Amino acid sequence: MELKPDPAQDAQVQALYASWLDIGARTGFAVSLVALLAYVSGAMTPFVPLAELPALWSLPVGRYLELTNAPTGWNWLRLLVHGDYLNLVGIVLFASVTIACYARILLVLLRQGERLYALIAAVEIAVLLVAAAGPA
Amino acid sequence: MRAALLLLALAYSAPAWAAEGAAAPWWVWPIALFAVTFVLGIVAVVAGIGGGVLFVPLVGGFFPFHLDFVRGAALLLALSGTLAAGPLLLRSGMANLRLVMPLALAGSVASFAGAVVGLAAPAQLLQTALGVTVISVALLIWRSRGIDHLGAAESDALGRMLRLEGEFEDPAAGMRIDWRTHRTLLGLAAFAAIGFFGGVFGLGAGFANVPALNLLMGAPLKIAVGSSGLVISVINTSAAWVYINSGAVLPLLVVPSILGVMLGSRIGARLLRTTPAATVRRLVIAVMLLAGSRALLRGLGLWN
Repeated sequence: MELKPDPAQDAQVQALYASWLDIGARTGFAVSLVALLAYVSGAMTPFVPLAELPALWSLPVGRYLELTNAPTGWNWLRLLVHGDYLNLVGIVLFASVTIACYARILLVLLRQGERLYALIAAVEIAVLLVAAAGPA
Repeated sequence: MRAALLLLALAYSAPAWAAEGAAAPWWVWPIALFAVTFVLGIVAVVAGIGGGVLFVPLVGGFFPFHLDFVRGAALLLALSGTLAAGPLLLRSGMANLRLVMPLALAGSVASFAGAVVGLAAPAQLLQTALGVTVISVALLIWRSRGIDHLGAAESDALGRMLRLEGEFEDPAAGMRIDWRTHRTLLGLAAFAAIGFFGGVFGLGAGFANVPALNLLMGAPLKIAVGSSGLVISVINTSAAWVYINSGAVLPLLVVPSILGVMLGSRIGARLLRTTPAATVRRLVIAVMLLAGSRALLRGLGLWN
């Protein structure tokens, strides 16, 4: 027997995903705007001086990291007092929204008995968390 | 049309500044990026393509930033644009989460691998491959005009297992469309391939997602367009993390670009109904051919 998707259940999951996505995107936009203003206005001293950037941004990322001692992985969290790294908060918010949305609908999918889609959501969360975890 | 012409003018004025070298102060570049991405946001929405496919060759070819940083910025630009559009697409029913989730899973695993490969590959090789890809995409867009809902009469076994079907109320056509997909395994493979190339080049690859959903899997065009946006938001997330963790994200490049494209997309969405999309589309193809040729010649060492 072929099972059809339940439109009401699907609509509930879509609406929940949409509302979390909406909040995440708006928050990311607001945080990015404020952080950029703090950075370029000089209100927060950057880790890499702005005037030095034109000599550095044409280099491959490996060379850039060598010359600036800029951090990789999550080590930027130690540099949040600097304007440039404060901007990573907004960027990371954008990159985290999907993980939060999937985590939220995972619970609903389990409650609805959508075991296959709950499994897909769980694996997706795992893939994105591995990507987010960064180099070992 | 004016927006597309402005995009060309802005892109062409950038190398003139770049040629002046250190004489150009740092603040010129974020302002130029904001202006370019603002126009790009308008053009991309009106032309129905993703921002990344224009951003990478334009900014990689005509701005002084290394391609590593350009690709990182492009992924975040495409990601933020689709995150902003996602809620509307889901609420209107144009994006279907049931369809998106399996395809995005295949794409995000491949995109993660693609980003790792992209960051390890030599820049010249990437420039050359990017040039070839962008020129091919321009030709694909040119050839794919007029694609429409072919429809899948029956689901395949995997499609039935995933229950990839639904109903869609199309207000423009004034009718309810029952849809289902077929060739699900091929669709998953296509999204894995698209995700890989997207990760390597920093593209959202909406230009490839829509034909894969519509022509290959038989989803209605509107469902394909809407779901493509949501797929990009998931696929690009995995690749974006690779670039963030590798330090290939320069806030001064990324944030003005994100803000520019998000604001431009809103204007573009308002202009969508009144703008002659066919004209804009032709100009976008011209811009892509130009930017793709620039990337190709730069990669081959013929125009640095």
